Amino acid sequence: MPTPVIEVDHLRKAYGGTVAVDDVSLHVMPGEIFGILGRNGAGKTTTVEIVGGLRTPDAGEVRVLGLDPRHDARRLHERVGLQLQESELPGRLTVREALDLYASFYADPADPATLLADLGLTDRADTQYQKLSGGQKQRLSVALALVGNPEVAILDELTTGLDPHARRETWSVVEAVRARGVTIVLVTHLMEEAERLCDRIAIVDAGRVVATGTPAELAARASAEQVLRFRPSAPLPDGLLDGLPTVTSVTAADGAVEVRGADDVVQDVLVALHGLGVRARALRLEQGSLEDAFVSLTGRSSTDDTAAPLDTSRTSSRTSKSRRA
Amino acid sequence: MSATTTTAAARTPGTTTSSGARGLRRLTVTEGRLFVRDRGNAFFALVFPALLLTVLGLLMPWADEPYDAKDPVLRQFTAITGYTPIVLALAVATVAFTTYPTTMATYRQRGILRRLSTTPLPPSRVLVAQVGVNLGALLVAATLALVLGVTVVGVQGPEQPLLVVGAFVLAVLSAFAAGSLIAAVAPTGPTASGLGAMAYFLSLFFAGVWLPLPLMPDAVQDIAQLTPLGAASQAMAAGWFGQPFPGVELLVMAVWALVGIPLAARMFRWS
Repeated sequence: MPTPVIEVDHLRKAYGGTVAVDDVSLHVMPGEIFGILGRNGAGKTTTVEIVGGLRTPDAGEVRVLGLDPRHDARRLHERVGLQLQESELPGRLTVREALDLYASFYADPADPATLLADLGLTDRADTQYQKLSGGQKQRLSVALALVGNPEVAILDELTTGLDPHARRETWSVVEAVRARGVTIVLVTHLMEEAERLCDRIAIVDAGRVVATGTPAELAARASAEQVLRFRPSAPLPDGLLDGLPTVTSVTAADGAVEVRGADDVVQDVLVALHGLGVRARALRLEQGSLEDAFVSLTGRSSTDDTAAPLDTSRTSSRTSKSRRA
Repeated sequence: MSATTTTAAARTPGTTTSSGARGLRRLTVTEGRLFVRDRGNAFFALVFPALLLTVLGLLMPWADEPYDAKDPVLRQFTAITGYTPIVLALAVATVAFTTYPTTMATYRQRGILRRLSTTPLPPSRVLVAQVGVNLGALLVAATLALVLGVTVVGVQGPEQPLLVVGAFVLAVLSAFAAGSLIAAVAPTGPTASGLGAMAYFLSLFFAGVWLPLPLMPDAVQDIAQLTPLGAASQAMAAGWFGQPFPGVELLVMAVWALVGIPLAARMFRWS
């Protein structure tokens, strides 16, 4: 088994009385895209800031590429690229100037022109930062995190504030970066993003890692219960489905029925319906998703008010706000 | 032989040092470009002092009259010559209180300092680059004002040039110390710009931009003497006209620099 690129053990960090990171442990393997998934305020950013040597932990062990971020920050920054939230550039700096400037900070930088081409910014090279679109700013930000030829890139909330098109564009950039052999730590509150990009995910809630695994593994944990939705072709007698041993709950509304239950519930329900000569129309079987895993692990639904970051309407309102700005 | 060895030994720790020096050089050049790309900055910091001096010198009827007909020393100088140390103080105030702190606070607000702290180059280098660029701008502005002043409106040279230069250097140190206090703590560009504007206009007042200090009430003169640019204006004037040694003014400026710079360094917020 290869050595982890990042080893975090029992990390803890509090600001005054507020505990930002309670107990976080993670191991990131070389070449993978590792997701840190959680709501805003779950402690994700603090965790990666400590990993990146920008903050000192109160307790716990951190090794990144064998270095201690506290004492070797400068050597670490030669080898680890960090893209932070809400880090801008001077408005009148052009894309090319930004890359040339940041390249000069590193002993062995990447070629800025190649990087511009890779990130689709060549035709924006002489554009000032203030005139770039949100997606272009994010791509430039990724380019700056990569200009030092890092072995590890930490990308924090890469697509926050981007419209769906720019978001998809940025995702393909991340995949292209991984194809260059860079290990990526992706911090996100977006299910879809984590599911689409990450090889493994750590779900963080209230400063703790509640689960780690591949998206499929995590989803499988939550799918012990299956959900079945259909419209019966004729009204069902009361108690028909409730009586089945594998069924845990039945809800009916507007002629639609939702049945939850264990492993063989699908077959049992269909057999019972068949026995009455009733058909299950518009049948949908809900497979366990990462979202389900998240909800069952953190104990809160994604539409919960306190779970604003997972709520799609909030995300899109933030998108339009930042586009206006 | 031993000299060669020392140099070689000093250079060996090598690549990080040289990439640091390269980074700082590049950063300074880039900050310089950004400085002149902002037209407002470029005008007020580089051109305005020279423009003010020449326009006043050409248009104002008092410009060629004696600075003070009743004073045996001052009546040998034209009024526009008397205004020259004031214009130099204004040039110092412009960079120390407006462009420099506003840029640093804007960099803090927009996360530019934070982004720099993710690179091998320490974010303090951007402070070094900014101070360098603003000092460069000040030197250009002061030289331009003096050259145009002397050639176009006949500003007379100083009696004690070394004292004037020394007072100017102390003026720069004390004003940048005060400006650095703003740059150190202002959370946003607009905050720094507001605080800076207040310091700027107070400085102009105490330096005598609107009304020469000798014409102001004694109480105002006493207060002016304790401010960096009030002291700067009076100390440079004393050197210019060969008046008694401006010990108090030089001391005031030195204290501002010696207290302000370390204090700003301690309070500086890097994110």
